[in-house]
Amino acid sequence: MLDCKDASQLISQSLDRSLTLRERFVLKLHLFICIFCKRFNQQLQTLKVALKNMRLGVENDENIQLPAKAKSRIANSIESIKN
Amino acid sequence: MTTQNMHDWLNQHGDFLYRFALARLRDPHLAEDVVQETFLAAIKSAGASEKSGFAEQSSPRTWLTGILKHKIIDVMRKNIREVAASDLMTDADANMDEFFDETGHWEEKPLAWDMPENALEQQQFLGVLQSCMDKLPAKLAQLFLMRDVHETDNEEICKELNISTTNAWVMLYRARMGLRKCLEINWLSA
Repeated sequence: MLDCKDASQLISQSLDRSLTLRERFVLKLHLFICIFCKRFNQQLQTLKVALKNMRLGVENDENIQLPAKAKSRIANSIESIKN
Repeated sequence: MTTQNMHDWLNQHGDFLYRFALARLRDPHLAEDVVQETFLAAIKSAGASEKSGFAEQSSPRTWLTGILKHKIIDVMRKNIREVAASDLMTDADANMDEFFDETGHWEEKPLAWDMPENALEQQQFLGVLQSCMDKLPAKLAQLFLMRDVHETDNEEICKELNISTTNAWVMLYRARMGLRKCLEINWLSA
C-alpha cells in the first residue's frame, strides 16, 4: 500500500512525467480513500493555474513597458554593433 | 537586414519582449538585460548569413521570442550556479521528515482551499504566492521558475543544469511542498 509520503511524491511527479500504469492505479486507489492527498493534489493543480495566471497577467499588461532608459541603451548598442 | 529594421523591431516588439521576460525572471533589471542581449544576438545572427536566423516563414516577433527564451534559460542557469554550495540539494535532504510522521502520514493535514472568486481576493492570493516564492531557497526557487513558470521541458532542465531527472523531481517536489505550506500559513489563516 502507498502511504501519504509516497502518494504526494507521485502527485508532484505527475506534473513532470507520465506515471506508469501501475503508479496511476495505486495513486488513484490512494486518492479514493485519502482526503488529505486528494486536497494536496487539488492544491498543486491550483498552484499551477495561479502561476500561469500570474505569468499571463504580466505578459498581457500593456501598462508594463520597456523602460525608456533601457530602450535608448539598446538602441545605442544596436548602432554600435552595426558600425 | 538593416539597422533601421532592428530599430523598428525594438519599437514594435520591445515592450512585448520585456513583459515576456519580466513574467518569467521577475526582475526588471534582468529582464532589460535579456531583451538587450536578444537584439544583439538578432543582429549578429542576421549579419552572419542572410539565410540564417530570421527566416521568412516566421514573424519577427516569433523569431525574437525564440532567441529571448534561450537568453532567459541562460540567466536562470547562471542564477542557479551562483547559489551558494550550502544551498545545494542532495538526495539525502529529500526525506521530507518535516512533512510526514514515521508512518508516512501527513504531519499537518492539507486544508481544503477555498479559492477566491472576486478580483481583489485573487490579487491578494497572488501577492501571498509571490512572497512565498521569494521565501523558497534560491536554488529551489530558480528551478521552480524554470519548470513551473517558464514551463521548460523537464529533460531540457536536466540537460541545462546537469542534474539527474530524479534530482529534478525531488527538488520540484520540495519547492511545491514548501510553497503550499507557506500559502496555508500566510493566506488561509490570514
